[in-house]
Amino acid sequence: MTDLDTFRADTRTWLEANCPAEMREPVRSDKDAVWGGRDQSMLTPAQKEWMDKMGARGWTVPDWPKEYGGGGLSPAETKILREEMQRIRARNPLNSFGISMLGPALLKYGTEEQKLDHLPKIARGEIRWCQGYSEPGAGSDLAGLQTSAEDKGDHYLVNGQKVWTSYANYADWIFCLVRTDKSVKQAGISFVLFDMASEGVSTKPILLISGYSPFCETFFDNVKVPKENLVYEENKGWDVAKYLLGHEREMISGMGLGSAGGNPLLDGAKKTIGTADDGTLADPLLRAQIALFEVRAKAFNAMSEKFIDDLKAGKAHPAQPSMMKYYGTELNKSRHELMMAAGGSDALEWESERSTNGAGPRAWLRTKANSIEGGTSEVQLNIISKRILELPDK
Amino acid sequence: MPLYINEDQTMLRDTARDFIADSAPVKHMRALRDANDQTGFSRDLWKSFAEMGFTGILIGEDQGGLGLGHVEAGVVLEEIGRNLSPSPFLATAVAAVEALKGTAQATKYFSGIVAGETVAALAIDEQAKFRDSVALKAERSGNGFKLTGKKQFVSHGHVADLIIVAARTAGSADDENGVTLFAVDKGAAGLSAEAERLADSSLAARLEFDGVEVTADAVIGEVDAGRDPLNRLLRAGRTGASAELLGVGGGAMDMTVEYLKQRKQFGVLIGTFQALQHRAAHLYSEMEVARAATLRAAQMLDTGSDRADEAVSVAKAQAGLATMLAVQEGVQMFGGIGMTDEFDIGFYMKRQRVLAEMFGDANFHADKIARNAGY
Repeated sequence: MTDLDTFRADTRTWLEANCPAEMREPVRSDKDAVWGGRDQSMLTPAQKEWMDKMGARGWTVPDWPKEYGGGGLSPAETKILREEMQRIRARNPLNSFGISMLGPALLKYGTEEQKLDHLPKIARGEIRWCQGYSEPGAGSDLAGLQTSAEDKGDHYLVNGQKVWTSYANYADWIFCLVRTDKSVKQAGISFVLFDMASEGVSTKPILLISGYSPFCETFFDNVKVPKENLVYEENKGWDVAKYLLGHEREMISGMGLGSAGGNPLLDGAKKTIGTADDGTLADPLLRAQIALFEVRAKAFNAMSEKFIDDLKAGKAHPAQPSMMKYYGTELNKSRHELMMAAGGSDALEWESERSTNGAGPRAWLRTKANSIEGGTSEVQLNIISKRILELPDK
Repeated sequence: MPLYINEDQTMLRDTARDFIADSAPVKHMRALRDANDQTGFSRDLWKSFAEMGFTGILIGEDQGGLGLGHVEAGVVLEEIGRNLSPSPFLATAVAAVEALKGTAQATKYFSGIVAGETVAALAIDEQAKFRDSVALKAERSGNGFKLTGKKQFVSHGHVADLIIVAARTAGSADDENGVTLFAVDKGAAGLSAEAERLADSSLAARLEFDGVEVTADAVIGEVDAGRDPLNRLLRAGRTGASAELLGVGGGAMDMTVEYLKQRKQFGVLIGTFQALQHRAAHLYSEMEVARAATLRAAQMLDTGSDRADEAVSVAKAQAGLATMLAVQEGVQMFGGIGMTDEFDIGFYMKRQRVLAEMFGDANFHADKIARNAGY
């Protein structure tokens, strides 16, 4: 038996013994997603047990180093862990912007103290983070941000407003872009971390077309941020931000495309439309649209694998996440459009129990943000055309 | 296996890129067409493919080949596509070799293929759109068989030394079983070929089998069990055609992007126009996705994965769609000169159409995926 075989066998045994039955049920609504944080009352007992057990082993972030709360696993071991989790249909123990975005940025740009202070709490789901990037006047033109951080010796005094701050009302800490130099654009931005419980921080949820409010407006009124919370160097926050955006784009590009068993699109279509005598969907045009969509989705799956392989081998173009983000989100939107078409009038129910409180239509509407958040599709196309195809500026 | 080509494969690509760009660039194809060449390719070029070892790329080293896989065949095909080189490589060195592999005919034909002396043609299409049906009849006759029926869209069918024919020995046209594959030699009595020049200026034949007598040893594999070698042929042909399409699409895209960087309108480079930048970036994305899908299909064929069939259909469909976009955007962005015969981009458009149709188009493969998924 090789070491990897042993690892697989041990992992399988441990997962079987420790993953609560409730955490092997399919994810049905937003409430099934675990985000951790100080307010543990938002978790069910099984959610908390699963997050704690996985966090204690460092398996919420299996490939991070052990000293920062990770599992210290090799890429091959990480892959085995994922496969074994999939095998028993174990839910993700923890969703977290700390894991997908801040963590990689801190690992690259943070001081040793910052890593030791923040990363283990992210890994164990103790602190929930939010991202303070966009502002009312700085969306796609992110570097136009105005939130200021004034140097007061041992701290910065932060004033300004952020918008589209995902789950700011539930977050414990924020990683935030602030302006430390008004005379230059990108080169005047710094990357700081601070506690959302700090005096002068307030949030206000924004109601969306889905009827939900996952985003907030966030206000900073003379917020004191200790100097040691600056990540990397003053006025070099744009480097950190760009690195982190790459991870964010990767995350968004993969959203909802990994189908772990079952095909809700098809099941929906069969139920509402029925099948012809030869077993094909009774609506041949919708069938064709679904089939051509499946071709693109499966091809993009290959691309996602290739992208990860390229990244690991250092072969990916630095702007490649933009392509993944663009293609993945556009594809996700098409899928939800097709799901709505397949569901017919059933898919329009907004509040019924039968529709799990309108999960389908709300998810459909939510996907419309995919090609806006994390840099619009148009911004990604600009990046591809300039940085990969090297098309001229003027 | 990571989804990128390794160092050896990269070296092979560089070799193939130089060799093909040098010996068979687009102007080679143009010259054959202008001379109204009636073969459809250059025998001399095929010989030099043999000297490079390419003809035996999928043939084992014990039989004189390079003993490489579909990823490597794809690497060569992509360069063929990029240069629009007329070549029997896909039909002969890839599809026919896969059909013959492990059968009694392998010893008979492989040495000729390796030597660049044998050219094979695939007689599998009976209708204007590819279908998984075989109607051409093969009836027992003495110790052998008598073939009766028609085939079409047979590249090099009028000049090939070996014609691989899918025939029906039992059941009816749409049945899965009851198909037998035959290796028919050039000049068989009762076989007539009518060569037609296609839109891309390649030559394909309509074949008529009027009681063509073949001996029992012309059967590839087993009688009535021809689906096996036929499926091998199709999987290899589809994956190879996808790789060639990547070359066609990639070549068209590169030409177009270069043009956007040089051509001025309204006093500025047209590549500065966001409308064109976004379309070019979208095209790039589609091509990259097609590239990943094609590489995955080739790797799955090489590892013998049981999910290969689906990956092959995904590759053929996505490569067809992405390269269609590439050639259409090419002609549009070149504008008027893109419509002229003097300029090359139109040749890319015509070749794409032919390859997209070969072995089933995007709709055929999407339908196949849907049926296999049960809808």
